[in-house]
Amino acid sequence: MTTAKTLFDKVWEAHCVQPESDDFPAILYIDLHLLHEVTSPQAFAELERRNLSVHSVKNCLATIDHSTPTSAPNAAGERDYITAQAKNQVDTFLENCKKHNIECHAWDSDQRGIVHVMGPEIGATQPGKTIVCGDSHTSTHGAFGALAFGIGTTEVGHVLATQCLLQRKAKSMRINIEGDLQDSVTAKDVILHVISTIGVNGGTGYVLEYAGSAVRAMDMEARMTMCNMSIECGARAGMIAPDEITVEYLKGRPHSPQGEDWDVAISNWSQLPTDEAAVFDKEVHIDASKITPTITYGTHPGMAFAIDASIPTTNDESDISSLEYMQFSQGESILGKDIDLVFIGSCTNSRISDLRLAAKIMQDQQVQVRTLVVAGSELIKLQAEAEGLDKIFKAAGAEWREPGCSMCLGMNGDIGKPGDLVVSTSNRNFIGRQGKDVRTILASPIVAASCAITGKITDPRTQEKAA
Amino acid sequence: MSNNILNSKTFNLITDNIDTDQIIPAQFLTTTTREGLAAGAFYNLRFDDEGKERLEHVFKNFDATETAILVGGNNFGCGSSREHAPWSLLDLGFKVVVSTQFADIFRNNSIKNGLLPIEVDKAALDYLSANPETQIDIDIANTSCDIQGYGKIEFPLDEFSKYCLSNNYDQLDYLISQKDKITAYEQQL
Repeated sequence: MTTAKTLFDKVWEAHCVQPESDDFPAILYIDLHLLHEVTSPQAFAELERRNLSVHSVKNCLATIDHSTPTSAPNAAGERDYITAQAKNQVDTFLENCKKHNIECHAWDSDQRGIVHVMGPEIGATQPGKTIVCGDSHTSTHGAFGALAFGIGTTEVGHVLATQCLLQRKAKSMRINIEGDLQDSVTAKDVILHVISTIGVNGGTGYVLEYAGSAVRAMDMEARMTMCNMSIECGARAGMIAPDEITVEYLKGRPHSPQGEDWDVAISNWSQLPTDEAAVFDKEVHIDASKITPTITYGTHPGMAFAIDASIPTTNDESDISSLEYMQFSQGESILGKDIDLVFIGSCTNSRISDLRLAAKIMQDQQVQVRTLVVAGSELIKLQAEAEGLDKIFKAAGAEWREPGCSMCLGMNGDIGKPGDLVVSTSNRNFIGRQGKDVRTILASPIVAASCAITGKITDPRTQEKAA
Repeated sequence: MSNNILNSKTFNLITDNIDTDQIIPAQFLTTTTREGLAAGAFYNLRFDDEGKERLEHVFKNFDATETAILVGGNNFGCGSSREHAPWSLLDLGFKVVVSTQFADIFRNNSIKNGLLPIEVDKAALDYLSANPETQIDIDIANTSCDIQGYGKIEFPLDEFSKYCLSNNYDQLDYLISQKDKITAYEQQL
């Protein structure tokens, strides 16, 4: 008799070079190692110090996204880096990739983009793969039924040198989301609702699987938004079983299997979904029909609520100091509060469907505050321009910038001023993340675009479009 | 054997959800080395909007030779995978972090750099919160620590991590020693 297995079990077991024991962690084989400029230089230096080479170049895929400016290059093609050190970091990375023959999508590639946008877009992210990157939002790739998680720089070195990682298997949690979503509710609202339900550390020690009719109904971009934010409740990985929607998305992409390999791949992928009798360490049930547009009001993503709700009262010291930082009071609604800046972008919400949603709301409108729109990749930028979305954004007075991580973490200089209240489609509202003393409200592209054209925290369901 | 014993006093920074952006803000991540990150550690706590050191801040009289054990609140190290977080804490002089729960990636990164994460229960954290600069004597080999005035407690640490920390054993050396198995795995793919 075979034991019933979860999607996570299946991918984990297929990649154990050596299973774990009491004394030793498992040796887990990694199929795809994504690399970017920020978390890799010390790992390449370590390889050099030990006189090691890259074990399997074909499993590596690189791009530049974090330290890169989102302003257009000048006439001479020069980029306006925030510091010489930022430029040096990118240059060092490009040299490392060249030296080790790693496929790298840099300024000259139309496949360059935020690493978690690029991987799926070019078909490198596939069901059943193990995928790592020195970036916590690697969880994004779990949307395809891959086991994908963020690692530190020392581990980047381990994977470069051996294509393997030492890992203890996490526990499993299934998040069942059943029902139909209301109008103006997106995957972003769903995941913020999930995080506020299980708590900012509710997923620590677990790999999540998102299941249920609401998840099955989502397209791949929505599923990526869900899995992207798994780390915001502490789960290193979030997964969604592959299905027809996954297969359809991957068909014909440059790194997707071709010809006979494609048929074999589809057959293998169909074996991956969790067996009916499989048991999870924990199950959570969520009613999708009750979820409304959801935003954050505090300084971690677990402090999220329905946009028209009042801030809950609390005796928790951390929550109280969080509200002080946000300059909000217990019991108040934040609808109608003046905002200073809107950011539409990041590996959470910078894909073409996100930009279409924002453009639909900004069409024939004027933004009332500075609004940055940053596509997740060069391909998305080209697609958006082909559809005329850039013209809508520019006509509304928003900035249409070059692809990259941009204001999500602000390390390239795209940040707010001290005290600014920012509505952002990114994933973290941490203290100081988008600039010193900047206050961040996480929201969907629909909510962010609605706020941009009113200059206030706005419920998209009640907003009347100006003639 | 000296790696097995750590004795120092605690330094309290007890807020829940101290994320890696607070530990080391992103503007310090453009470096290509792992040295010198103390300059950016808890930068926004230590410096004002103009970049001047605040008149008063929690690290003003910090002396790592006296207090090398950082006590944080629940869910310490949540957020980004940046290893710059433990690097910067080590560069400040910390050798140990105590919390009721660590974020997984931060915990992994810390162990790989010799920064010992000690997970305690809420009662122990409450005691440490009420008693700043408490002496703790840590015995890694026995995964136990003696909190002065509170008592001796055990903390979770898997066998392999314990072995690596106690013996300064490098995890990459271990992986490289298993290359035959890795090659065999690749051949059956």
